[in-house]
Amino acid sequence: MSIDWAWIGSHFDDMWAATTEHLTLTFIAVSLGLVVAMALSLVALRWRSTYGPITWFTGILYTIPSLALFTFFIPFFGLSLITAQIALVSYTLLILIRNIVAGIDGVPDAVIESARGMGMTERGVFLGVQVPLAMPVIIAGIRIATVSTIGLVTVTSLIGQGGYGVFILRGIRRQFLTETLVGTLLSVALAVVADLLLVALERRVTPWRRRREAV
Amino acid sequence: MIDFLGEVGAWLGDPANWTGRSGVPNRLWEHVAVAGVALVVAGIVALPTGVALGHRGRGGVLAVSAVNIGRAIPSFGIVGIAFPITLALGLSPLGYWATLVALVALALPPMFVNAYTGVGQTDPALVEAARGMGMTERQVLTGVELPLALPVIMAGIRTAAVEVVATATLGAVVGFGGLGRFIIDGFAQRKFEEVFVGGVAVALLAIVTETTLGWVQRRTDHTRPPRNGRVPQPLDVDDVIDAVPVG
Repeated sequence: MSIDWAWIGSHFDDMWAATTEHLTLTFIAVSLGLVVAMALSLVALRWRSTYGPITWFTGILYTIPSLALFTFFIPFFGLSLITAQIALVSYTLLILIRNIVAGIDGVPDAVIESARGMGMTERGVFLGVQVPLAMPVIIAGIRIATVSTIGLVTVTSLIGQGGYGVFILRGIRRQFLTETLVGTLLSVALAVVADLLLVALERRVTPWRRRREAV
Repeated sequence: MIDFLGEVGAWLGDPANWTGRSGVPNRLWEHVAVAGVALVVAGIVALPTGVALGHRGRGGVLAVSAVNIGRAIPSFGIVGIAFPITLALGLSPLGYWATLVALVALALPPMFVNAYTGVGQTDPALVEAARGMGMTERQVLTGVELPLALPVIMAGIRTAAVEVVATATLGAVVGFGGLGRFIIDGFAQRKFEEVFVGGVAVALLAIVTETTLGWVQRRTDHTRPPRNGRVPQPLDVDDVIDAVPVG
């Protein structure tokens, strides 16, 4: 039950390798999730009636436990990166779509009217006004999706992927608390760091907020 | 693919998979039972605490950290950590207790946060009005704050339930039964039709839990307009937990 500090001291290389794997799995999932979510959000914004069905379907995906969702794709893709990523991407969709659509919707009509009045095209209004103003809400969604994905990636060790989950799984199998604890705490630490980086990103892309705070 | 579906069919048709300790009915029962016990234990601890702190308006920092920590800690890690702890405590059967401890730990944050936020967010004007009418603190709590907070509290219970049902699957890794057994044993024996059946069963159980408790939650909500005027609500990082990704 006690912590084996010597083991920790002699496994920094493994931890670094696992960090790289964990980050890669997370980055692929959130990036692909963002691409798919943006496409579906554009559909939902263009054709309002599709918003209900889209969130219903992604909501069901979100409810399915990760281990179960992995099993659905094993017959097609085996214990592979593709199987892991399909599930991980699925989980990001609901959060991202909700926040993208709500963020765009939250832009005040008066602002959009002014932009049109200044002669901006619809495309210009969308890309130059609505998207930038929606950024805080969209990034809030990316933060939740990223932190959740980092936690979920630990489960992918069960289908043969790398990352911190390997420590957790090996710790359980060898009844070695230190290794499980290291895997869990590294995952929490990575989630916290990723979250802080995204907060920094949000401040960068919304400079007008920072100026207002300074006044 | 057709071959695979045939194997799934053969597995489902085998009476041995429907009876006894490792049959579907028993595994389902184990799964639901451990999830139910975990929810009751967590509810007894988290709901009164959240309601009391929300009523007094204290403990906001605790609530925010519960949201963030709850989201950042991997449930698989909690299962893994609970395992040696129950081992050291000598609890038996080991797999059951390790799973139960992990599930209780997972169910606490959403229940606490939603009870706290639900009660704490009551319109201050309503609370003032209730006090002005001569209601005691207890009456304010039970007659005004709790009824208004009920949908939010139910949302917390629903989230906890879905998460607990999902993570009970991972209990199979630490030697617990439940539906996760099919997935983990199937992996070990490379019987992917068994893995698939386990996956479908777990997914259905999670969806049924979500749908049923979602229905109950809407029944408790007398303040919300009917669903046709639905407006998308963004999630905020410090938000009430109404959806947490699952183990």
